[in-house]
Amino acid sequence: MDIYLPIAGMSVNAPLIVALGLLVGILSGMFGVGGGFLTTPLLIFYGIPPSVAVASATTQITGSSVSGVLAHMRRGGVDLRMGAVMVAGGLLGSLAGAGLFRLLQASGQIDTVIGLMYVLLLGSIGVLMLRDAALALGWMQPAENASPRPRHNRWIASLPLRSRFYASGLYLSPIAPLALGFIAGILTVLLGIGGGFILVPAMIYLFGMAARVVVGTSLVMILAVSAATTMIHALTTEAVDLVLAALLLVGGVIGAQYGAQLTTRLKPDLLRLSLAVIIILVALRMAFGLTYRPDEIFSIEYL
Amino acid sequence: MWRALLLALAPLLLAQASPKLVPDISSRAVEIQYSFTGAELLLFGAILYPGGRVPRRPADVAVVLKGPVQPITVREKQKIAGIWMNADSHRFRSAPGFYAVASSRPIDELVNERTAAIYELGLQNLQLSPGGGAQPDKERRFETGLLDLRRREGLYVEDPDGVEISEDVLYRARIFIPSQVPVGTFTAETFLIDRGKVIAAATREITVDKSGFERFVAESADRYSLLYGLAAVLLPLLLGWAAAELFRRRGA
Repeated sequence: MDIYLPIAGMSVNAPLIVALGLLVGILSGMFGVGGGFLTTPLLIFYGIPPSVAVASATTQITGSSVSGVLAHMRRGGVDLRMGAVMVAGGLLGSLAGAGLFRLLQASGQIDTVIGLMYVLLLGSIGVLMLRDAALALGWMQPAENASPRPRHNRWIASLPLRSRFYASGLYLSPIAPLALGFIAGILTVLLGIGGGFILVPAMIYLFGMAARVVVGTSLVMILAVSAATTMIHALTTEAVDLVLAALLLVGGVIGAQYGAQLTTRLKPDLLRLSLAVIIILVALRMAFGLTYRPDEIFSIEYL
Repeated sequence: MWRALLLALAPLLLAQASPKLVPDISSRAVEIQYSFTGAELLLFGAILYPGGRVPRRPADVAVVLKGPVQPITVREKQKIAGIWMNADSHRFRSAPGFYAVASSRPIDELVNERTAAIYELGLQNLQLSPGGGAQPDKERRFETGLLDLRRREGLYVEDPDGVEISEDVLYRARIFIPSQVPVGTFTAETFLIDRGKVIAAATREITVDKSGFERFVAESADRYSLLYGLAAVLLPLLLGWAAAELFRRRGA
């Protein structure tokens, strides 16, 4: 059954898009990530214009993080103070990202930049996760001289204006979470990803945050920034396709629930391994798209 | 015998009339709705020869369906440092968003290049108004790229035997417009061509527009972007919450 997308200006196979939403929803529920890093590339492969794909995929990130935020709030797994600082950074970042998006669009390099950033980000994070998972599963021996990590990163500890974040158990300069939020905000606008897979490792390894509040706080941040990003896209690029978003969401929110149920039945190390493999596959596909001769040498941009 | 021929031709000569075209289109308005996957238009009509007499050598017909013109930038990818990226670009100020030409015989058999250029018959003769200052070979390269791309998207179509003429007076042509056409006013031109000359022409207009819900969505995104943005934020919040509640009740 084909449905016409009013903003994308083309018709798509509706059950296929719902199925795509469902698949990404299941993965996002299982791994606790927004899933934007899968939705956006898959929509682009399908033939949706990249700007519409990026702008509409952010709604799915919002949708799939809602239930996570609710669950973590109930359990008290959110550091609201830390969250507020990160959201503030995220909002600034998404505004900066919108400006950057415009600049890149005008110079015609937006697609290349999106592709390159996907390859670099997903590639490096995928490899790191794969190594972690392999270590945890005992497939790889840890290096002999592996010294225990210091709980606080030296650079971050030297930042001024340190203050207390009780729920996270931290005495930390708010500049650090502000900067992290800023980076995640830029990524959300440019790449249509929530940035969960950057936030979570950074909060654990760089800040040394209490594990209990890491996922909940990052979800709050993702929810707020993805909602703000959707708004910014609606106001500036006008590329948010509500029909496309609704199709993705119907599958996405249901998939997220099933995914969350599946998590309890699977081994967490295997989960991380499979997420790493998926991320690396997407990165490889993107790298292939950049270096292999494209089907279309010419592209058209409307003025 | 000569007299008989003269008599037969008399009304033609007296009226000094040239043939007329009476064109019509299967629909004057194409509405893009949720289920729109493209539309097939039937362009048909009658050729009225003066006195109703068909000449021994019947004329040929060419129909052109053209969408609204848009200013565009065409970008070209080149391999730089191992990566395919946009390296060069060229502007066209008036590229039609859709162009289809169908004729009863190939265009180059019907008219010479000059006539084809005047009436914009055939893809090679589109007036794209390229931005000035470019090398001619660069301009040609981009033009070829644009035509090729749109041809494969089904937006630019040439059908050298798409016009069917029956009984030498009725003609018809089917033209398919794909779902990604731009909205706006399309013109359907019909040309009657004899011995390399256009002897009659007629134009009809077709409006292609989004309708119903699709129109509402596209218009709100443009005019009420703040409200549209709010809707786009509330929709996932609501759906996400609803799904979470649903599963919590079921699980509990």
